[in-house]
Amino acid sequence: MSTMEHLTPVQEVGAAVVLPDDAPPPVSKKRESPFAIVLPPLILGALIIGGWYYVSYVLLDKSRRFLLEPPHQVWSKGFADSEAMKELLTGLWRTGKIAVYGLVIAMVFGMALATLMSQSKLLERAVFPYSVMLQSMPILAIVPLIGFWFGYGLTSRIFIAFFIAVFPIIVNTLFGLLGADQGMHDMMTLHKAGRFTRLWKVQFPAALPAIFAGLRISAGLSVIGAIVGDFLFGSGEVGIGQMMKRYAARLEGEHLLAAVFMSCAFGVAVFALFGWLSKRFVGKWATESRR
Amino acid sequence: MQTTASPATTGTPTLSFQHISMQFPDGTKAIDDVSFDVSKGEFVTVVGPSGCGKSTLLKIASGLLKQTGGTVDVNRDNIGYVFQDATLFPWRTVRRNVELLMELHGVPKAERAVEVQRAIDLVGLKGFESHYPKSLSGGMKMRASLARTLTLKPPLFMFDEPFGAVDEITREYLNEETLKLFHQEQFAGIFITHSISEAVFLSTRVLVMSARPGRIVATFDVPFPYPREPELRFDPQFAELSGRVSHALRGAHT
Repeated sequence: MSTMEHLTPVQEVGAAVVLPDDAPPPVSKKRESPFAIVLPPLILGALIIGGWYYVSYVLLDKSRRFLLEPPHQVWSKGFADSEAMKELLTGLWRTGKIAVYGLVIAMVFGMALATLMSQSKLLERAVFPYSVMLQSMPILAIVPLIGFWFGYGLTSRIFIAFFIAVFPIIVNTLFGLLGADQGMHDMMTLHKAGRFTRLWKVQFPAALPAIFAGLRISAGLSVIGAIVGDFLFGSGEVGIGQMMKRYAARLEGEHLLAAVFMSCAFGVAVFALFGWLSKRFVGKWATESRR
Repeated sequence: MQTTASPATTGTPTLSFQHISMQFPDGTKAIDDVSFDVSKGEFVTVVGPSGCGKSTLLKIASGLLKQTGGTVDVNRDNIGYVFQDATLFPWRTVRRNVELLMELHGVPKAERAVEVQRAIDLVGLKGFESHYPKSLSGGMKMRASLARTLTLKPPLFMFDEPFGAVDEITREYLNEETLKLFHQEQFAGIFITHSISEAVFLSTRVLVMSARPGRIVATFDVPFPYPREPELRFDPQFAELSGRVSHALRGAHT
């Protein structure tokens, strides 16, 4: 009888799968109430607006109030005024386009370079110090050069967005590609997989979480780069950077602040978009710490 | 019991180590003059203290490392290698993980699908095909890893301490599972562990390796017939043999 029972190890072993000792780890963690998440920033926000009013009305006398117009003025003149809003959105759209061009070029170039570097230790050693050097170069220092080479219009603005955004993509892609598990590499070696199979089946997927982390940073940077580029190179269709410059020159504080908030919101939106993309593509398999 | 050849062997061995020694570039001597054979139908377990070079032996056999002395005779076209950790690809579901090796060997898609399902059923992972590794327990990951190795039906199966990280009861189940696979697929098996009961339960032969540099200091033939039942572990003969292996291992530690 007991032999009969043990002649069917398939079922037994299959059943072992659902033993509590061998249970799969819980997928989702305990969620906090939305109140606890939303309340702290709301309170801080209210305090900041309060402080803002205090500065505008108590610290600044009327003749100097243009330095910091009160929040409702910024709202009514900067955002609620349809003419001003239209201008802002046009500027943002143009700047946004430059950011996207810069980011796309940075992605293609950065990932291609990192892939090559991952395949050749020699190339990695040769290129890496220079990419760090370029990264730490203050953009203002090379503005005259960029103007020389690429003119004062669109090309230079895109170049700056690209230049600022490319480094995190190179570094994250490279470290991601090189960080693939040794066991997986051993398995590829055992089964005589070639360089491309290894790259495609092991290194690229293993690098995805890092690549997305890099993209998220770079996306935010490309927006900053586009605004800075716009600020510095003013010919052609002007974006939000040039508008800021103009508002400042005209002492239009409300419009200036509105433009600042607008760029802020755009940066956050881009950051959030890439966070969402990352969750979408690697969230279902990546473990928390790598996201 | 101190014999070298098992009565079950036939023909040329699947894997043969002849006077293997291994010295790493930093000067550490990991293995010193190790010779033994593993044939079809044999399940040879190597036990020894941690860091005695047991795993190095498998790396040499599979060609991941090159020995510094001696020769290995083995066909490396199709080696089953079960790694210490499951080494599943986290971005692949269980099904796609099990499929991987056949992909690498260019097996056509339709054939892959059949073989994948067979292997998954065999290790008791039915119903978990579309799970990602992160939602599997340690034991289930090892099952998936076993299934992946099974798909190519390798004539030689190498296990590098595969069940070291799972709890005792899961390990026992996995041992029984491994035996069942060995019984069905009739491969030549070489298994690395530091658990004596695991070694005696699984093997036709147990080799005891000494601390660095690793040498084979004792060989025990395990007389119990297959299929083996879980309660073999409570058999007095089992305990007696385990005791002797344990004794040899103690001697090997110094």
